[in-house]
Amino acid sequence: MLVQDMEQIFQDKIDREIKIEPKDWMPEAYRKTNLRQISQHAHSEVVGMLPEGNWISRAPSLKRKAILLAKIQDEGGHGLYLYSAAETLGFSRDEMINDLLSGKAKYSSIFNYPSLSWADMGAVGWLVDGAAILNQVMLCRTSYGPYARAMVRICKEESFHQRQGFDALLVLSRGSKEQKAMCQDAINRWWWPSLMMFGPKDSESTNSDQSMKWKIKRKTNDELRQQFVDMIAEQIKTLGMVLPDPALKWNEARKHYDFGAINWEEFWNVVKGNGPCNKQRLAARNKAHDEGDWVREAAKQYAEKKRNRAKEQAA
Amino acid sequence: MSFQIIKHYYGDIPEENSGSGIEKKEVVKTAWPLWEVFIRSKQGLDHKHAGSLHAADAAMAIENARDVYTRRMEGVSIWVVESIYLHASNPDEAESLYEPANDKIYRHPTFYQLPDEVNHM
Repeated sequence: MLVQDMEQIFQDKIDREIKIEPKDWMPEAYRKTNLRQISQHAHSEVVGMLPEGNWISRAPSLKRKAILLAKIQDEGGHGLYLYSAAETLGFSRDEMINDLLSGKAKYSSIFNYPSLSWADMGAVGWLVDGAAILNQVMLCRTSYGPYARAMVRICKEESFHQRQGFDALLVLSRGSKEQKAMCQDAINRWWWPSLMMFGPKDSESTNSDQSMKWKIKRKTNDELRQQFVDMIAEQIKTLGMVLPDPALKWNEARKHYDFGAINWEEFWNVVKGNGPCNKQRLAARNKAHDEGDWVREAAKQYAEKKRNRAKEQAA
Repeated sequence: MSFQIIKHYYGDIPEENSGSGIEKKEVVKTAWPLWEVFIRSKQGLDHKHAGSLHAADAAMAIENARDVYTRRMEGVSIWVVESIYLHASNPDEAESLYEPANDKIYRHPTFYQLPDEVNHM
């Protein structure tokens, strides 16, 4: 069969909303795009544990500590679901981990910002997880089966992440003058990086339609970003705080909030490795990986020993 | 037909060489095998495929599956099997495998139009 015919059959399946499974034929570019996107998503979950890990030992109460631990454990699990999905595209876990540790692979640049106060844990949950959830809800319907299934599982677990974040900020927003200031400060610092999470403006993208045509993605960056702004601009009223954007204003004609210009120079700088915490994050991942080396080796040796012993007994 | 995808979607940052400058390491193969995980959500139901994970042996696979797939009371029983022992049908043969069932609608109860008087059959 000609490749063109295969591509036609493939596109027909996509158009009829039939999921693509690992053993199905797929265009090489589809495989690569999915592999890159899923593995970056997995890396983001794993690196995303670091800014929060910073606050486990300093959480203000046992309740908050337990919540934070549960959330971080979820993120480790989400990383695993996603690595498994990416592995079905023919790239090993070891290779993916290695690409992360070497700095070759990318992850969401939001995690290269520091978490400076306890209020950041609230802002990360509300804004960063809030932004991630919008994207992930859309990805539950992505065309690659293993990715969609991982997303369904993740979305089920993730909704508590955003709620606990808002809940933490709500407590601060009703607290002392200092607590209120801390809350506002965290929102000020996390707002713009959260908007950048949705990626570059649609107008700056060439050849834009392929991921939409393949239904890897079903909404554009700008659509998701607008959805996020509309949602947060309303929710912040409950906190009695403000978003750090003087241009933020309800537009009656569009039925959406208008918002100010994003600093894309900063975005690309962070992506390219020059954000506030890029080096620190990678160093932390490398340290954890290196220090776990003997554990992985010991487990392997132990499993081998047990197998050999079983063989001897059988003989 | 060759596609070039330049658009950068969320979680899809283009690859280029300007990483954050940490030296490339050799790939260390831990080579823990891959396991498929099946979870029974409650007594009386089938085990259902939940996902996969890497582990050194079966005991570790079950422990990891517990941590990853049953944190919210999703299961009361776990099966694990090394992925290499799973055999699957080939999607290219789907037509010859499953199509013959298409024209045998008489296998379904709805094929038979019975008088209304015959209830509950």
